[in-house]
Amino acid sequence: MSETSSSLTLPDPTPRRTTFSGTLYRGNEGMWSWVLHRITGVAIYFFLLVHVLDTALIRVSPEAYNAVMATYKNPIMGLGEVVLVGAVVLHAMNGLRIILVDAWPWATRHQRLLFWIVMGLVAALMLYFTPTHLINVFSPAEAH
Amino acid sequence: MTATIESPNYAYPARSRGRRGPNLEKAGWVFMRASGVVLVVLIFGHLAYNLLWTPGGIHAVDFGFVGGKLADPFWQWWDVLMLWLAILHGSNGMRTIVNDYVHKPTIRSVALWAIGIAAAILIILGTLVTFTFNPCPPDADLSLLPSFCADL
Repeated sequence: MSETSSSLTLPDPTPRRTTFSGTLYRGNEGMWSWVLHRITGVAIYFFLLVHVLDTALIRVSPEAYNAVMATYKNPIMGLGEVVLVGAVVLHAMNGLRIILVDAWPWATRHQRLLFWIVMGLVAALMLYFTPTHLINVFSPAEAH
Repeated sequence: MTATIESPNYAYPARSRGRRGPNLEKAGWVFMRASGVVLVVLIFGHLAYNLLWTPGGIHAVDFGFVGGKLADPFWQWWDVLMLWLAILHGSNGMRTIVNDYVHKPTIRSVALWAIGIAAAILIILGTLVTFTFNPCPPDADLSLLPSFCADL
């Protein structure tokens, strides 16, 4: 009997009970990684549209480009850049997890562990990025 | 307790029987993964170089910095490849989300066209800007330009 005409017998998936269970689809790591991937993807997409347009101002004049870049140096925007880089890092690490889960049976079985490894890598990369960036954001501009 | 799934691969083949022509959805699936891996390298390099490894980080990003960077073919190709892959990857992701949530055919069609037109405009604009801009525009204030412009 060939592989495709047999039937598979699998244990019923048993979602972990959380305070959200019953109100949400699954409610576990797999669902949250999917939700976060969509939200971060949409957020990065809209930033990308703006970022291509602001960079295009280098073709207009140095003054026009420097004027728009000044808005990125505002401290509130600086905090927003931490959130943006966090979204990029999360989308990147979770995207690599998706590739592994698709391609490698071990990763498919251990997708829950991989979700937490992704979270750990995001935390580590943000611990590397955030202090340097915030020191730059909150240093007086004339120091550079 | 167990659940029995009857011949999953047979009941739902990856592709309907009798379809002809290239499998564009599969190509898109492969593209998202291939471009994703390359974008991790390109964007992490972009962020690390511009925001972490350049003294001053975000405060140092101005015409002099970007103009100096984009006068180098290495960064021109880095940025153009990043532009094409990011716009195509992002637009295809937005297409997936519209297909998932927009059920009215007219609104779906409008949304997909808007995504496609925005992608085309930004790819053409970004590519033209990268390869046609002048890092040392004549009549510009020399203090705003990359340092090598003073030697011209």
